Amino acid sequence: MRIEKQIADSSPKPSVAVHKFTSCDGCQLAFLNLGEVLLSLSELISFTHFAEAGPVNPDEPVDIAFVEGSISTPDEEERIKKIRENSKYLITIGACATAGGLQALRNSNDMNEWRAAIYPSPEHIESLEIATPIKNHIRVDFEIWGCPVSPRQVVAAVRSLLSGVKPVMENEKLCVECKRVNNVCVMVTKGIPCMGPVTQTGCGAICPTMNRDCYSCYGPAENINTFSLTNRFRELGLSNERISRRFLFINNYAPEFEQAGHNALVTNKHDTK
Amino acid sequence: MTQNKDIKIHVPVLARVEGEGALELDIENGQVSNVKLRIFEPPRFFEKFLEGRDYNEVIDIVARICGICPVAYQMSAVHAIERIFNMPVHPTVRALRRVMYCGEWLESHSLHIHLLAAPDFLGFNNAIELGEAYPEEVKRGLRLQHLGNKLIKMLGGRSVHPVGVQVGGFYRIPTKQECDAILVELKAAVEQAEQLVMWLADLSLPHDEQDFVSVALRHPNEYGMNEGNIVSSMGLNISVEDYQNHFQEIQAPHSTAFHSHLNGKPYLVGPLARVNLNWDTLHEPVQQLLQNTGIQFPSKNVFHSIIARAAEIHYALLEAIAILESIELEVPPVKVASKAGVGYACTEAPRGILWHRYEMDAQGHVVKATIVPPTSQNQARIEEDLRNALNNFDLNKSDDEIQLHAETIIRNYDPCISCSTHFLKLTVNRKCGES
Repeated sequence: MRIEKQIADSSPKPSVAVHKFTSCDGCQLAFLNLGEVLLSLSELISFTHFAEAGPVNPDEPVDIAFVEGSISTPDEEERIKKIRENSKYLITIGACATAGGLQALRNSNDMNEWRAAIYPSPEHIESLEIATPIKNHIRVDFEIWGCPVSPRQVVAAVRSLLSGVKPVMENEKLCVECKRVNNVCVMVTKGIPCMGPVTQTGCGAICPTMNRDCYSCYGPAENINTFSLTNRFRELGLSNERISRRFLFINNYAPEFEQAGHNALVTNKHDTK
Repeated sequence: MTQNKDIKIHVPVLARVEGEGALELDIENGQVSNVKLRIFEPPRFFEKFLEGRDYNEVIDIVARICGICPVAYQMSAVHAIERIFNMPVHPTVRALRRVMYCGEWLESHSLHIHLLAAPDFLGFNNAIELGEAYPEEVKRGLRLQHLGNKLIKMLGGRSVHPVGVQVGGFYRIPTKQECDAILVELKAAVEQAEQLVMWLADLSLPHDEQDFVSVALRHPNEYGMNEGNIVSSMGLNISVEDYQNHFQEIQAPHSTAFHSHLNGKPYLVGPLARVNLNWDTLHEPVQQLLQNTGIQFPSKNVFHSIIARAAEIHYALLEAIAILESIELEVPPVKVASKAGVGYACTEAPRGILWHRYEMDAQGHVVKATIVPPTSQNQARIEEDLRNALNNFDLNKSDDEIQLHAETIIRNYDPCISCSTHFLKLTVNRKCGES
């Protein structure tokens, strides 16, 4: 039987765990910010582990595990393996769990130097050399991108699984969402260097709606052309360094952005792909 | 009897705090001999990420330090940067920032009271269980939390890591219609906040008077939030720039968050410290309601933090209403001229003062950043409280009761360990005496 169907048939109701790794806690708030809907949701599923909300049973087998945060300590490396063994369906929530997050910026720097710069006694600080997404360590069944993910996204995933189907991946480009909500393009009309053309939807196009540039907290969309966008940014007068920083931001460790961030520094406008 | 054996209590994860940490507790001869709140923040090196980033990138980055109080981080950063650039803050921008901060206090305090703290005082394991016994109270709390989120969303597009704040103002100013619509909801919520204060005042909170120093931001004309001097209950009154001359950050081997001391001693920041120091600037109905509870402020009982938190929910509603009722929404376009220099800011995050220092180059890129979050400031105070409180507690009680009491003490501070943590484990080591 398909795993989604098994979850839907779980009796009396599917069990859910919410696990935290290296993160800001903001994606767990997608549950805690549901308001009264949180009480309705807890009638459909039972939270067996959700430390911030109360229940603490990290090793209990569950139907659905939501994982927030990236792997950045030796202990976390071990912990995620056990969670995988105990979970039928594992969903990463947010940029940290899905792409390493902002803290993956350290991956291209000498962390020992950073540690020494911040902490007077760096030997007490235990930390892996790089911060990595969950999928680098275990198999992930479904990824929800976003920094932070929204309540709508997590509830939609739960609802899909309760109906026995795979959740829907939203990876079309933000530009499409802007069109749907009747936003005037900030890049075309105002020359604002917007990351929308390479960013996936899911946020509601909130930045262009607020008259500003998308900074890609939702990560790369499908089939993106970072080369063209880089050139467009150059035409708008951005320096190579600034273009690079646009890609090496919240989702800096997503391969498409890591590559584009690097390329922006070493290529010129007339280079071909 | 329990004095005759060594006992270890081990709790893998402390529930109902933001983030994860560990507590180590040694009991020897019926006395707490060692207490360490272990904070294992897998270091995220934010201060280093900020180097080389431009001023508006800073605003988007610092939000990511904390999912529960991103507005606080944005507020401290934006004010520090504007001071470097020597930019005056437009009155409408100033007012709207205050409204946004009210939204964060509303959502963060409501979340803490209902989902994290109240179950301790009513004998439940979590808010879902609490909600079965007290459905109306929990729903009321969730509605207040939701309203706070809505207020942030009006100004920031979303409540977690909002996107509306920029150096010089906002990317988008809300419309009159939006302000009017939320005003209706804010006004309707005032009565709920009043009920909340009275409900919490009826709880049988532990009586545990302790001697501690309160520290908060103080402004002469308004309840301290974005501007003012740093003051203490011992008479300290310094400018924000002067912070590092009086407060010291110390790295403890058991914690990746720094401990902070004021003149070598722990101190308290957060709602109780604020109400203790800034009582006279609370709106009159907030003072009146607190007087009706019969609880005296300033209070030396740290468990009154939950009452102070509820009073600030009441305050935040009245303050947001007062601002939005009279606000002029005309704001000139934002123009930024970057300058090299050093700037400081301190604002009142839901959990207490959040201090930032930035050094920037002439292009407006960060050269160096220093951030002191409220939870690391409270960490030494939490350890001191645990030591005092558990020495006054009957240590012959069961390990479960000791553990619950210790956890209740920690949760009462609303530690935002995610700004700075990892695992919260409780280990109690009891050693029997020689005699």
